[in-house]
Amino acid sequence: MSFVSEQLLPSAEPVCLIDQNGVPHENPSYELPARDRLVDGYTQLIKARRFNDQASALVRQGRLAVYPSSHGQEACQIAATMVLREGDWLFPTYRDSVAIMSRGVDPIETLTLLRGDWHSGYDPYEHKVAPQSTPLATQLPHAVGVAHAARLKGEDTVVMALVGDGGTSEGDFHEALNFAAVFRAPVVFFVQNNEYAISVPLAKQTAAPSLAHKGIGYGIPGERADGNDLAGLLAVLGQAVDKARAGAGPQLIEAHTYRVQAHTNADDATRYRADAEVAPWLERDPIDRLTTYLSQNGGLDDEVRQRAEENAVRISAQLRDGLMPEPEVEPAELFAYLYAEQTQQLREQAAFLRDELAREEA
Amino acid sequence: MAHTKISMAQALNQALRDAMTADETVVMFGEDVGALGGVFRITDGLTAEFGEQRCFDTPLAEAGIVGMAVGMAMNGMRPVVEMQFDAFGYPAFEQVVSHVAKMRNRTRGKVTLPMVIRIPYGGGIGGVEHHSDSSESYFAHTPGLTVVTPATVADAYGLLRKAIEFPDPVVFMEPKKLYWAKEEVDLGESQPAIGRAVVRREGADATLIAYGPAVPVALEAAEAAAAEGRQLTVVDLRSIVPFDDETVCAAVRRTGRAVVVAEASGFASVSSEIVARVTEKCFHSLAAPVRRVTAFDIPFPPPKLEKYQLPSVDRILDAVDDLQWEDS
Ligand SMILES: Cc1ncc(C[n+]2csc(CCOP(=O)(O)OP(=O)(O)O)c2C)c(N)n1
Repeated sequence: MSFVSEQLLPSAEPVCLIDQNGVPHENPSYELPARDRLVDGYTQLIKARRFNDQASALVRQGRLAVYPSSHGQEACQIAATMVLREGDWLFPTYRDSVAIMSRGVDPIETLTLLRGDWHSGYDPYEHKVAPQSTPLATQLPHAVGVAHAARLKGEDTVVMALVGDGGTSEGDFHEALNFAAVFRAPVVFFVQNNEYAISVPLAKQTAAPSLAHKGIGYGIPGERADGNDLAGLLAVLGQAVDKARAGAGPQLIEAHTYRVQAHTNADDATRYRADAEVAPWLERDPIDRLTTYLSQNGGLDDEVRQRAEENAVRISAQLRDGLMPEPEVEPAELFAYLYAEQTQQLREQAAFLRDELAREEA
Repeated sequence: MAHTKISMAQALNQALRDAMTADETVVMFGEDVGALGGVFRITDGLTAEFGEQRCFDTPLAEAGIVGMAVGMAMNGMRPVVEMQFDAFGYPAFEQVVSHVAKMRNRTRGKVTLPMVIRIPYGGGIGGVEHHSDSSESYFAHTPGLTVVTPATVADAYGLLRKAIEFPDPVVFMEPKKLYWAKEEVDLGESQPAIGRAVVRREGADATLIAYGPAVPVALEAAEAAAAEGRQLTVVDLRSIVPFDDETVCAAVRRTGRAVVVAEASGFASVSSEIVARVTEKCFHSLAAPVRRVTAFDIPFPPPKLEKYQLPSVDRILDAVDDLQWEDS
């Protein structure tokens, strides 16, 4: 029994393959990803950072209603999608816009929810990305359902289900992990532990030794990774996806990272944490360390830097251009998508609104 | 198909069996629905017949059950899930309201959820606390859900088949008081459309509007009223959402008087909605204010007291007497 439990336990320390000084570390269980892959990741990180910063700027300009930035967490977002195949699914939260964008969803469509013109701006089937979930952890049982159905249909799909540290306290987190384990559903539960749920620090969220330890209660292997180390995340998440695809059942991965900015623009982080706490995390920036590593180990030549910069410029311009004009909204859409066949009541209400608008125009 | 005498529980079981035979994407799951066949035996024999992949027990977790059904429906299946009892569906309420009801709308029709949430509901079976709630108003209040409830054996079969074929999520409320009522029916004939009410009895003097477990009580009251010389129409809604204004209003206009009969408590309920609609739409045909016979606004009482809570024939007749008849 204790042997089995030990297999379920995460590493004593979060897996880190490239540390904050850009120094590589050997790990008996995880291989350093190939340089090409890290270079690809580097390019995506640069773009992701620009996406975050541009979106935050657009909030200040009143172009987005709100933006929960993943600044500082970009390595988690990029790694989560880099380890997936085309047929796999991603179940994101409101904070995972970068992951959605890097999965191939149009950046403007990614931000529709946060701009406020519709609840989900993209077609979930096009890139196999579920609508962003605002209620915490409620997307996790859905992820299990998609995975279970895929297995019944004989597909080798893996589902990547994202959740925050606060979300792990919700009942749906528990139910989803338990269901996934009982049904051996190929789901990778990926907790981005950024130390805060709005204002509440992890210590007030849980008494568990780590969030990855929670897996043991369900019979799910847990593992944790340095959430600012793209190399470690790719290795750990990649292995988890492989295992899930091979039929080993669900996996629970916790990334240790930090929310360097406020929860959203509506939040005043100085009320609950000191700048001194934030400072050391800025030194662990996921982009800096990969830049140092690749500069010292070849891979970051002028061409790569230039390509990354061009990508970043392009995404900024795309967001500015796409989000600057007022979105056109269509009042008739209010009633259009509730039911396959519209009810008499909704037809009457749509006609009422139409008449009202016509009267206003006249 | 021959006419046979079967119970509502058997009709529901047959509907599941026939639906699973007709469409292999239909899967049934919930608590104790496998070997046991559900605490009311509605899923009896399905695991034996279709295998554990098609009808299976889940861990005890209602949000998990409904949430997993959402994902399975997203991925091409037609899940039918069972909430063991009305009040035990509440842990899944967030899933139902936040996701089941909204998925089609939030994705502009891209993600649809053809799924059925079966909920045995209502009192009259001597259940202890948390086993007799009427939870239909919570669901009816939530845009995006379709809410139906049969009152007859034939409708139980036909409505469940329709619900499983339906392109949107359906909350299927099963009046557990009626599970064991037997009727002679030809299941093949029963084709109730979702969204259509039915007139169960015609009478020119007043209309009783009822649904689910209140329908047989309303019919009994109509029978008693006839003996006293008043002819009552009885409308069985069958479908709470969508609401069949046409059938209901036609009956009320014909009779000029109406009483709504429901087992749920009355405040902020489906019955209040019906009164509001009928008043708005049929005001000029009404000879008296629309009356209601509902439960008191209290938690469902213990078994020894439930007879005071449930709508009775006497209360219905008293309400009918109150409809400002010229001769009284
Ligand atoms: C069920 C639910 N309760 C409360 C909220 C309000 N809320 C939004 S974000 C948040 C904190 C979530 O923290 P965490 O899961 O750690 O994710 P993070 O925002 O840090 O990425 C809360 C309480 C919510 N969205 N859903």
